[in-house]
Amino acid sequence: MLRFDPDRCFSPYAEALIGMPDQAWTWTLDTTLVSRRGAHVPCMTDILAQLSKLGWPQHDLFGIELTLEETLSNAIRHGNKFDESKQVFVLCKVSPEQFWLQIRDEGEGFIPDQVPDCTTDENLEACGGRGLFLIRTYMNRVAYNDTGNCVTLEKTRTPAEADNLNQHDTPAE
Amino acid sequence: MSTPQRINTVEFGEITVVTFNDSKILNEQEIQELGQELYDLVEKDGRKKIILNFGAVEFLSSAALGKLIGFEKRIKLNSAELMLTNIRPEIYEVFAITKLTKLFEIKDDEADALALM
Repeated sequence: MLRFDPDRCFSPYAEALIGMPDQAWTWTLDTTLVSRRGAHVPCMTDILAQLSKLGWPQHDLFGIELTLEETLSNAIRHGNKFDESKQVFVLCKVSPEQFWLQIRDEGEGFIPDQVPDCTTDENLEACGGRGLFLIRTYMNRVAYNDTGNCVTLEKTRTPAEADNLNQHDTPAE
Repeated sequence: MSTPQRINTVEFGEITVVTFNDSKILNEQEIQELGQELYDLVEKDGRKKIILNFGAVEFLSSAALGKLIGFEKRIKLNSAELMLTNIRPEIYEVFAITKLTKLFEIKDDEADALALM
């Protein structure tokens, strides 16, 4: 059962972003997206297809798909505010064991710490604010630059034994 | 009511069982349509007992969760009842992580919900 662990997340004010682990990457995507609704979908499909080819387990793919959807659509919607003169820059590297993603928009940024905790009783019925929480839960590492318009994320593939537990256990509350 | 595009409904007496036509609920336009179709069930059709069967749903975004929360509010406003069923473990995990299991009544499958409503 995944639980949100704040110690796994870098401070949003970290001066340096997560560096890419020193290893051989199997596949890289370096692209830009137009800031238009749905423009992120082909890029998501490509990344997930590559991970699937590398044999990443279904549970990890689910978390990565959710992360891609939330981060890319946030960059288009909240970062660049659907301004088609602004781009979203996407750099993604994958290997059989590691997923690394960096997304930068041309917006003014935000302060991740100021996003309300969606799990408190008073915020539970708010219709928004869950994307960031989910990203931090499914990724091993998440870091923003000082401005808050560039996010770097990392995930290490779940070991096969742990993935078997994910498949068979019913999540507890 | 115009023919729903995003949902399919079957009536069991007073109870409406809703299934989803999209296995992945993430497209913004489709989420808007989905929300409207659900709201119409309660506000236009006056349905009071609704079961959402998630059996066909493999993926949903936080925007889709937001729309479900909006629907839950309409349910309460209209003194209707709502249950969610047949949620796959990965999707259930998303509800659990975000504590939405406190907000929604969730049953393992449709038969359980039909028996209780």
